[in-house]
Amino acid sequence: MKTEESYLEEVTASEYKYGFYTDIEADKVPPGLNEDVIRLISAKKNEPEWMTEWRLDAYRKFLKMTEPKWPNVSYPEPDLQAISYYSAPKKKKELESLDEVDPELLKTFEKLGISLDEQKRLSGVAMDVVVDSVSVATTFKDKLGELGIIFCSMSDAIQEHPELVKKYLGTVVPKSDNFYAALNSAVFTDGSFCYIPKGVRCPMELSTYFRINEAGTGQFERTLVIADEGSYVSYLEGCTAPTRDENQLHAAVVELVALDDAEIKYSTVQNWYPGNKEGKGGVYNFVTKRGICERNAKISWTQVETGSAVTWKYPSCILKGENSIGEFYSVAVTNNYQQADTGTKMIHLGKNTKSTIISKGICAGKSNGSYRGLVKIGPRAQDARNFSQCDSLLMGSSCGSHTFPYIETQNKSAKVEHEATTSKIGEDQIFYCNQRGIGEEEAIALIVNGYCKDVLNQLPMEFAVEAQKLLAISLEGSVG
Amino acid sequence: MEALKDKLESSFLVFENEINGAADSPMHARRREAFQRFIKMGFPTKRHEEWKYTNLKPILKHDYRVFVNDEQTVDFSAIKRYFLNDVDTYKLVFIDGYYSSWLSETTHSDFDICTFSNMLTKYKDVGEKYFNKALPEDEALASVNTAFAKEGAFIRVKRGKTVDKPVEVIFITTDHGVETMTQPRNLVVVEENAEVTILERHQSLSSQEVLTNTATEIFALKDSRVNYYKIQNDAPNASLIDSTSVRQYSKSNVTLGTYSFGGKFTRNNLNFFLEGEHTESHLDGITVIDGKQTVDHHTLVDHKVPNCYSDEMYKGIYDENSHGVFNGKVMVHPHAQKTNAFQQNNNILLTDKSSIDTKPQLEIYADDVQCSHGCTIGQLDEDALFYLKTRGIPEKEAKALLLYAFANDGLRNVKIPVLRKKLNRLIAKKLNVNLDFEL
Repeated sequence: MKTEESYLEEVTASEYKYGFYTDIEADKVPPGLNEDVIRLISAKKNEPEWMTEWRLDAYRKFLKMTEPKWPNVSYPEPDLQAISYYSAPKKKKELESLDEVDPELLKTFEKLGISLDEQKRLSGVAMDVVVDSVSVATTFKDKLGELGIIFCSMSDAIQEHPELVKKYLGTVVPKSDNFYAALNSAVFTDGSFCYIPKGVRCPMELSTYFRINEAGTGQFERTLVIADEGSYVSYLEGCTAPTRDENQLHAAVVELVALDDAEIKYSTVQNWYPGNKEGKGGVYNFVTKRGICERNAKISWTQVETGSAVTWKYPSCILKGENSIGEFYSVAVTNNYQQADTGTKMIHLGKNTKSTIISKGICAGKSNGSYRGLVKIGPRAQDARNFSQCDSLLMGSSCGSHTFPYIETQNKSAKVEHEATTSKIGEDQIFYCNQRGIGEEEAIALIVNGYCKDVLNQLPMEFAVEAQKLLAISLEGSVG
Repeated sequence: MEALKDKLESSFLVFENEINGAADSPMHARRREAFQRFIKMGFPTKRHEEWKYTNLKPILKHDYRVFVNDEQTVDFSAIKRYFLNDVDTYKLVFIDGYYSSWLSETTHSDFDICTFSNMLTKYKDVGEKYFNKALPEDEALASVNTAFAKEGAFIRVKRGKTVDKPVEVIFITTDHGVETMTQPRNLVVVEENAEVTILERHQSLSSQEVLTNTATEIFALKDSRVNYYKIQNDAPNASLIDSTSVRQYSKSNVTLGTYSFGGKFTRNNLNFFLEGEHTESHLDGITVIDGKQTVDHHTLVDHKVPNCYSDEMYKGIYDENSHGVFNGKVMVHPHAQKTNAFQQNNNILLTDKSSIDTKPQLEIYADDVQCSHGCTIGQLDEDALFYLKTRGIPEKEAKALLLYAFANDGLRNVKIPVLRKKLNRLIAKKLNVNLDFEL
């Protein structure tokens, strides 16, 4: 088993061993966080004056805040001064062939059913085959351009579409929203930007697979998706393959703006390094995701969370406009020593707003999973409707599952329903499968998939298939 | 709030002087510890997670008199309506924190139904064993109560005995021309295979602001059965903070009903600690409020051991500008396998000015359990309403009837028929409906 130190050591050591940093050294900011560092980041990225000010303002706000203590997770506080907040994109060592890739990783790929080419791309093998992700990306980019869809990296957007960025950045997640959002606002390095013009239906799933910005987006990612009136977009983030990332702390911010009659579907599959079986190492994933719905708009969040040592993440919807709809579908799997505190906020402000929350938690090993959600019905939200269901499945006697639903209602016409159950996989269900010749592990995968079906159905087709397999892999060895 | 805290500090010194002789006793050491804890914690504010939805400031800003020394008497006729009249009961009546022997009816035969102060002198061993052993230490208001604990009900039922009549415990606060604060303290010990039914009530006769900060500890030993009902229907300028903790030992069965209709502000901190296997716990609540009333229910069922059953049902109807809070926590510790824990919270808001904040919370660390909670906020069933109207029942009555039926579920565990009737009447009265039948 790799310990945290050895894991980090290995990663950092490898950089020097192969000497890829010769020209980059100069581009690296020494660890630490202060105004100069932020100015430097901004300067390096050649950002306009207003952006620098924006970052500094966020930083000043950040200084007045403290690390939140309310999530139901425990972890050693990350040392924010020990992080280097800007380093030029790292080149990874290119491997000659798949033989050089960690066999354990390959095994996982195989189980996920990822194609050979894709496997190579994901594990950093040089690709000389037909399907080059970069060229794919360019073809798609042309096609999107024809429709007027802007899909580029955040840095490019700041340069090329400052008016849009200026108008919407920080409107959904204000700079001072929370500790990590403020930190992100001050130091974010990149992320994606997407704008769908009026009445356009985006013809394809926008996803990280075709992302233009380079692979290592860094630990402070900023995403902004704007769907103009009457448009539709489905956005996919993350990928099912295990991502071994050297960054301990990830604090991303995602903002969605759905103008009148627009619809945004945002799907996430997160499978970052969860630490080893003893709970050493692993990524801290502290994400702020929020969307705002104008009149008749709809935002739908779907997430499959299987990775990271510590997760706290609450994709939320502000249902501001009349008849707007918010949806949240989530599967959160924790195993070994993982901890996840995740859920959603549905803030009903407009009339006839509707929201649905389906959250499925699966806890195994010594892990802890929490659902924390808020449903708030404002005084003007006539006839608002909410349905929440949070189920937890426990596997093994040393895991924990928790629910913290907050329901605040200030309107008499509101209808709010909340339901939660906690149980374990029925022995009779497993017995039934065994009896039909299905092994225990497969039986559990089968039952878990059935249990998560409501959520997996929301994922785009090809993702759904992978996600199903991913669930099985994440729970491997949890029953015995 | 700070002013009241300072006042409590000086009052505590006075109190220590008064009990001169007993100041070195182990009991008083517990009081002092509790007071130190309170001084350290201070009063909870809205920043405190457990007080997120309830602001104590307006309640604690008053200049309460902590000790009332001018003893007053009350005529039985003035308080007759607060008793269960059609049935014979044991009675413990306290006026302004002092025991009123001539209004009470106590016994020492097979069971002790007497006062807390009596226990402190006569049954020191019981006090040492149980006093402040059930209440959680991190609750500021319970700690204040512990610090000033000197009077209240003491009920001990000895092994194998069943108390033949219900016990009524009533605390009356009279008008002293000033804002007053009282802090009754109750201790209930039900020994092996014993049984008791208790009814608790706080009533203000004052035209001034009254704050009652009460605390009750209940110990249900092996195989015991306890029914405890609280009627909270106080005067419109009276506030109540009630901390109740129950410790249940194996195979005991405890029912606790909280029925809130009156008072300006009511906060219930109800804790169940399950210490032995195969216990059964029932927590019921009905809240029907209007005007600017606030009722806040915080419950905790702490499943520490396997094979226990708990069932919780809270119903709320909120009219006018009233505000309701429900926070139900169910904790299942590791090893507490085969736990069955159920929780239900249903609410109806009648106006747009009324509001409800609810947080049903499950924390589960064991896998072989069945736990569920359900929570709804909604309106009356339109179809049912229509049906009643087709039968010639006017809308107002039909609505009241449905609301009445909605709340009535909360009476499922009331075992005294007279009390049931009384509660039925209270609900009907609060809903402003004249029902000439019993459900």
